[in-house]
Amino acid sequence: MTAAVSLEGLSVVYDDFRALDTASVDVEAGESFGLVGESGSGKSTLLRAIAGLAPVSAGTIRVEGRELRGARRDKAFYRAVQMVFQDPYGSLHPRQTIDRQLVEPLAIHGIGDGERRILKALDEVGLGSGFRFRYPHQLSGGQRQRVAIARALILEPSILLLDEPTSALDASVQAEVLNLLEQVRRDRKLTFLMVSHDLGVVTHMCERLAVMQGGRVVERLTSTDLVAGRIAEDYTRNLMVASKGFRRKSA
Amino acid sequence: MSALLTVEDLRVRFPTRTGVVEAVRGVSFTLGRERLGIVGESGSGKSQTGRAIMGLTPPHAEVTAKRLAFDGIDLLSAPPKLRRDLRGKRIAMILQDPKYSLNPVMSIGRQIVETLQRHEKIGRAEARKRALDMLAAVQIRDPARVFDLYPHEVSGGMGQRAMIAMMLVAGPELLIADEPTSALDVTVQLEVLSILDRLVAERGMGLIFVSHDLRLVSSFCDRVLVMYAGKIVEEIAASELGNAKHPYTQGLLNCMPVIGAGRHPLPVLDRKPEWAL
Repeated sequence: MTAAVSLEGLSVVYDDFRALDTASVDVEAGESFGLVGESGSGKSTLLRAIAGLAPVSAGTIRVEGRELRGARRDKAFYRAVQMVFQDPYGSLHPRQTIDRQLVEPLAIHGIGDGERRILKALDEVGLGSGFRFRYPHQLSGGQRQRVAIARALILEPSILLLDEPTSALDASVQAEVLNLLEQVRRDRKLTFLMVSHDLGVVTHMCERLAVMQGGRVVERLTSTDLVAGRIAEDYTRNLMVASKGFRRKSA
Repeated sequence: MSALLTVEDLRVRFPTRTGVVEAVRGVSFTLGRERLGIVGESGSGKSQTGRAIMGLTPPHAEVTAKRLAFDGIDLLSAPPKLRRDLRGKRIAMILQDPKYSLNPVMSIGRQIVETLQRHEKIGRAEARKRALDMLAAVQIRDPARVFDLYPHEVSGGMGQRAMIAMMLVAGPELLIADEPTSALDVTVQLEVLSILDRLVAERGMGLIFVSHDLRLVSSFCDRVLVMYAGKIVEEIAASELGNAKHPYTQGLLNCMPVIGAGRHPLPVLDRKPEWAL
């Protein structure tokens, strides 16, 4: 099986700051792969580098066997790879209706049959056609994130890059969106590359994960290993303790 | 235990173009020198409850209550001068994000000193010394250096400790913490929480801890109020959380992905219209 996304020795440098330091990650087709770490660990930068949104200074990116160079991506890339961002308030155009935002990717790629696709996409993310002509400010955070997912799915990509897709949402809404993501992955046999600071979310969604710190991948492990506590790095163990919540040191 | 704070039938209303929005609809509780958690989703009115006690409700909103009393002082009829004196001195509030709630053009030390000088007759050298001691108390390793730094020069965790220092330096009796760690990384969260926990215990303050994270609140507080649509739907001792009766509380507890639980799909909240009645 070929890797859907394969990164080797990837580095991203902003002026003097090394945001990503020789990171290597392989994601198999059909797999759900997680990236965890604190803020500044480079996990979002890694996703952005794949999408051509970060200046790559060294290393190679291969998506479905094709090597990508520079920051330019062709249309075929965007047909295969779509991204969902963290903040549904910032990632939708505030003055365009949902319909308009869903038509745009179709128009760019010259895909007809918009009517059917839009209705299908909205239906798939659990929003009825009643939402089609609303504006983002008329929707709740969870509904907006569903629109962002619909917009990513409408081109029928094979790979989704998810950058903290639920961290701006309430816990109960997070559960709904995570369930939705699992459902579409099953239905469409998608590959997920998902970034989160929440180990609970990542172990729930992903079979394998990479732990990042200071721009480097410090550990790669499976969710089963993580759950069983088969952890090699102290940093990962710290994250694990932290995610269990506050414990009062009894006097 | 004598009540430090009494809240009875607190309501906060916002007039809008499309009618009056009632953000808090009849909240009642009393607080002694204990740790009380208020939990709910966005829009449940938890933050507005805290803000009303602090007196930080926007001026166009309307706050009413049968009784809103802090240590025998009726807060709603108190003149603005008295409320200003209370605010920062006897009631203090920690906000969510140090990036937005510290003054960006004033050094951290001066902001702490300002709190002291506002509320106490105190000399400059003495105020500086108290500020430095307070920074040391929130486990900032080099207080003298941090004293002269500006908020943009410190990390989120450090900024939040500076805010805790600023709020506690005048020795308040009631501390309202509105999502004090939500903007921080998980690993830093625990440090900040344990500092807060120690100081609250040492100084015998009353604490109102407002958060959306039910698990976090229950591990930190003695008692938890669960809010939904502006009302308290359940009050429960933190240790009894496993026996929560209200379906909303149970739903909030269940919907979090837990490491190793392997529940697919996750249980979701089935919101019943009667919860909001």
